[in-house]
Amino acid sequence: MTTSPTEQHATDPDERRDGTSATRYVAGKVGGALVSLVFVVALGFFLFRMIPGDPLVTMTRERPTDPEQLAHLRERLGLDRPVWQQFLDYVAGLLQGDFGTSYMYRRPVGDMIAERVWPTVLLVGTATVLAVLLGLWLGVRAAWRRGGTFDRTQTGIALALWSMPQFWLGLLLLIATQGVFPSRGMTSVDPPDGFAAQALDVAWHLTLPCLTLLLVIYAQYMLVMRSSLLEEMGADYLRTARAKGLRDDLVRRRHAVPNALLPTMTLIFLQFGMVVSGTVTVEAVFSWPGLGLLTYESLRGPDLPVLQGVFVILAGSVIVMNLLADLLYRVVDPRVRAS
Amino acid sequence: MSAPVWQRRRAAAVDVWRQFRANRGALFGTAFIALLVLFSLLAPLLIDQRGLEVVTATGGSLEPPSGEYWLGTDESGRSVMLLTLWGARVSLLVGFAATLLSVVVGTLVGVVSAHFGGWISAVLMRITDFFLVLPALVLAAVLMAVLPTSMWTVIMAIGVTSWPTTARLVRAQTLSVESRPYIERSKALGGGHAHVIGKHVLPSVLPLVFANTTLVVGGSIIAESTLAFLGMSGPEISWGSMLDRANQSGAVTAGAWWYLLPPGIAIVLVVLSFTLVGRGLETVLNPRLKGER
Repeated sequence: MTTSPTEQHATDPDERRDGTSATRYVAGKVGGALVSLVFVVALGFFLFRMIPGDPLVTMTRERPTDPEQLAHLRERLGLDRPVWQQFLDYVAGLLQGDFGTSYMYRRPVGDMIAERVWPTVLLVGTATVLAVLLGLWLGVRAAWRRGGTFDRTQTGIALALWSMPQFWLGLLLLIATQGVFPSRGMTSVDPPDGFAAQALDVAWHLTLPCLTLLLVIYAQYMLVMRSSLLEEMGADYLRTARAKGLRDDLVRRRHAVPNALLPTMTLIFLQFGMVVSGTVTVEAVFSWPGLGLLTYESLRGPDLPVLQGVFVILAGSVIVMNLLADLLYRVVDPRVRAS
Repeated sequence: MSAPVWQRRRAAAVDVWRQFRANRGALFGTAFIALLVLFSLLAPLLIDQRGLEVVTATGGSLEPPSGEYWLGTDESGRSVMLLTLWGARVSLLVGFAATLLSVVVGTLVGVVSAHFGGWISAVLMRITDFFLVLPALVLAAVLMAVLPTSMWTVIMAIGVTSWPTTARLVRAQTLSVESRPYIERSKALGGGHAHVIGKHVLPSVLPLVFANTTLVVGGSIIAESTLAFLGMSGPEISWGSMLDRANQSGAVTAGAWWYLLPPGIAIVLVVLSFTLVGRGLETVLNPRLKGER
C-alpha cells in the first residue's frame, strides 16, 4: 500500500547479475512463484480459520434457524470435520475449481467469480493501456527537458495524485460531472439493440471508472520512465548520435527511448498488485460489476467463502503477473541474458 | 560514548538541518504536521464534544454551509467542520502507530536478513517478496474481515501489510555498510552480532529509515481511509469513516460537496506534507541521491 512514487526498480541488482544460465533462471523464478502460490492458498485457508466464533453464527445471523438446520449446514459445509481434513478438502476443491459456496447467495463461489472476471479485465486492461501510453509520453517529455516547467508541473501533479485516496478521487469525479456520466453499473437498465450501440453504452459507463484508475496508476509509469531516461541521457551512444548530426527529436525517439523502455515494460506487470488494490475501491465507488465490487460486497456481508475465493484469485493473478515480469525482463533485455 | 563522537554527530545533525531548511516544500510540510499534531493533542480542550454525538447534534440533515455551520452538516446534523477537526486525531494516531509497527518489523527483518545471510536471509527475503507483491489493500481488508473490528485491528492490519518496502531498503543499506572494512575490523577485534548491529549498522541505517518512515506515514493514512471506505474501521470518527458515511448516506447524489471535500482535502494535505518531508529528508540523508535531481 505504501509504495512511494520514487524511482525504484523492483528487481534486485544482484539478483539480475547472478543468473548463470537461462534454464536455471527460469526454473528459479517459476519455483519462487509456485512457493508464493502455495503461501497464498495456505494463507487463504488459515486466515479464515482465525475468525473468533462459529462461522455458522455469522452466516445465519438475522435468520431464524433451528438446530436441525444448523447441523445439516455444518455437515454440508464440512465444518464438523478436523481442521487438517478441511484443509485437504479445500486444496482438492481449489484444484478442481471448486471455491465453496457463498453464505449469502448459496451459490458456488467459482461461478460468482467467473461471471465477474471479464468486467474487471475490461476495466483494468483499458486503464492500464491508457496509463502506460500517457505515463510514457509524459515521462519522456519531463526527462528530456529535465528541471523545466513541464517537468516540475508534472512531478507536482503526480505527487498530488499520489497523496489522494483513490475512492475519493472517484467520488469527486462523480460529484463534479453530476449526471453527465452514469454513476453505477456497466450497462444501462435496458440496453439498446445492436452490438455497436451496446458497445457504446458500455464505453459510456466505463469512462469515469477508467479515468479514475488511470489517474491513480499513470504517475508510477511516468516517474519510472523519467528516471530511466535520465539514466540513459548521459550515455556515450547519445553523444555519438548527436555528433553524426541527428536531430534532437530523432536522437530521442530512435536511440534514447527504446533503451529506457526496458525497465518500464516490466513495471507494467510489477505494478499489477497496486492496480488490483485500486480496482477494489474504484469498482466499489462506481458499482462496476467486477471482482473488485465482489470483494467489496463480500467484505460488507461479510460473505467469507466469497472473500476467500476472491483473495486467492486476486493474489494468485498478481503472483503470475510478477513471474511474467521477471521472465519478460530476460527476454527483452539482452544485457541480462548475456551475463 | 566519548565526547568527540557526539561532537561529530551534532555537527552532522546541524549540517542536515541546514540542507533540509533550504527545501521549502519540506519545511512547509514539517510546520503543517507540527501544528496539526499540536492541535490534535489539544482538541478535547478546544472542541465541545456534544457536537460530535448524533443524539445531541443540532443541525438539519445535509445542510449546505451557512453562518452557523461553516462547512455544512452531515446526514445526522453534525457540523462537518467539527467532525473533520476531530477526525484528525484518529487518522493521525492510526497513521503513526501503523507506521511504527511497519517500520520496526521492516527494520528488524532487513537488518537480520542482511547481517546473518545464509538460509535465514533466504527465508526472510522469500517472505518479504511474497508480501511485497501481494495486493496489500486486499490482504489488509481480509485481515480486518476476520478479526474483531477496532482501531487497533486497523493499525495491525496496515502495519502487517506495509513493512516489506522498509525491509528491502534496510537490507540493501545494511549490506552496503557491512561490506566496509571497519566492520571487518570490529569483528576481528571480537565484536559480536549485537555489537556490530547496535554500534555500527543501526546508526548508519537509521537516518534512511527515518526518511522512509515519513513516507510510510502518508501511505498508512491513505490506507486507513481506504479501509474505512470499505467498511473496515472502528466506531471512532476518522476522515476515512466520514467519507464512508458520506458515500453511504447518498451525499454524492445529493450533491453535498461540503461533506465530501473537507475530509478528503485534509487527507491530501497531510499525506502531501509527509511526502514532501520524506522526499526532503531522503535527498539530504541518502548519499546516493546527493547531487541528483
